[in-house]
Amino acid sequence: MSNAVKLPLRLILLGFFAVVIQESAVSQISIFGVSADLTPLVVMSVGLLCGSLTGAVFGFATGLLIDLILVQTLGVTSLLYIVIGYWAGRLHELRDPSHELVPLVVGAMAAAFAGLGMAVIQFLLGVDAPVSLLLLQQIFVVVLVDTLLALPVYALVRRIVRPVLPEDPRRRRRRAYTTGGLSPLQQGGQRRSTFTRPKPL
Amino acid sequence: MHDKQVRRRRAVLALLVAVSLILLTAYFGETPSSPVHNVQRGVVEVLSPVEQGASKVLAPVRSVAGWFSSTFHAKTQVKQLQQQVARLTNEYAQAKSALLQNRQLSAELHLDDSLNLSSYHPVTAQVILRDPTLWYQTISVDKGTDDGVGLHDPVIGDGALVGEVTEVSATASFVTLITDHTLSVTARVLDANGDTGELVPAVGNPDELVLQYLQPPNPGQVQNGPQQGQLVVTAGFKSGPLESYFPANIPIGNVLPVDENQLLNNGTIQVAPQADLRSVDVVQILTKPQPGTERAQVP
Repeated sequence: MSNAVKLPLRLILLGFFAVVIQESAVSQISIFGVSADLTPLVVMSVGLLCGSLTGAVFGFATGLLIDLILVQTLGVTSLLYIVIGYWAGRLHELRDPSHELVPLVVGAMAAAFAGLGMAVIQFLLGVDAPVSLLLLQQIFVVVLVDTLLALPVYALVRRIVRPVLPEDPRRRRRRAYTTGGLSPLQQGGQRRSTFTRPKPL
Repeated sequence: MHDKQVRRRRAVLALLVAVSLILLTAYFGETPSSPVHNVQRGVVEVLSPVEQGASKVLAPVRSVAGWFSSTFHAKTQVKQLQQQVARLTNEYAQAKSALLQNRQLSAELHLDDSLNLSSYHPVTAQVILRDPTLWYQTISVDKGTDDGVGLHDPVIGDGALVGEVTEVSATASFVTLITDHTLSVTARVLDANGDTGELVPAVGNPDELVLQYLQPPNPGQVQNGPQQGQLVVTAGFKSGPLESYFPANIPIGNVLPVDENQLLNNGTIQVAPQADLRSVDVVQILTKPQPGTERAQVP
């Protein structure tokens, strides 16, 4: 089976199991009075690893599945997750950040965007009950918990997706450079060592 | 080549956003019997066995994490609970005496004792899904129409009202919790006046509800109004053929410290839900709340 088929298959399974595990187990575990939300982190990780287009489509599908399973207003979560997936993917395409803590920062921003975005959409749709200022505190705690989980979630998603990702030319160049493969010095040395003078006629 | 990629990327993004907005608009404006809602119910029907299986498989993980969480939580609650035990012991003695008196008087007047929960045919259900967001306070349980569960049936957990069935399939149901902003309950404070109002959640604070539209007491007689710790129960109103979804006298929570200004000016007080809505694992659905030709909820 080619990687072009394996990647979508893995992403479909990843999205499905991420949502089921989130709703069946993770959301029932209370940490500092709130529940962690792994799904924006998974969408962010897929965007960072696979690019903007895949990130946006994955975000849309994951959000739609959440809205369907939880009988929520359709389109709300998918709209938020499209932005998270697309934006993480654009970061990968434009900057290709290689620092190990990038998923931590991007995960925090993804969780904050999901929390605040959901609040804004709910206000736009209309809230019949009084809103407590503690909402902001709750969103902050969720962002904090999600930030702590961003690195392990990213590592897990990378482990699942990496083997079937098409080789990125920039990443290949960088890897080759750091291992000395494309270093001008080494190339020079290699050239010198392998260079054989033509015998004089 | 690059331009083509950019155009394709933008087109897909625009398409996805447009589909999301169309779904949102269609869902928001339609009635619960619309095709979009039916599709959603179909997906729930198909996936509920998977969710039930996942919930059972992942139960040990939840238990371990719950143990740590409960231990930390319990330590912070010890003092508060000791005070509560002292207060409740006192109230229990009074209630016991009132119960004896009530039995004697009821027997004398030949009144029907229908406040026992068993008369509402409760069905015990396991929580299989929980919504993690702060906005949708819903849970999914593993009992549906096959077990006699119907739309708008009241749901009880930890001996108090938890919510209402708002979506039901053959094998699973969705319960909207009392902390969800779409749900309101007519409730009564068990004080001297029996003050009745509308109980709504305080969005963003899952540990608090707001009882509003209370009749403000006269400024000199605030002590006759709601006081901290008093029990709040369902009012179970009946007006002609219309009845509340919830039978009367189901405990909901306790009155939090009363802000006199808020009570006198706005007729509102804060209430702490009695059931721990974040960790409730087993609930009871009252499948026959009460006989009635039509039922309605306020507002």
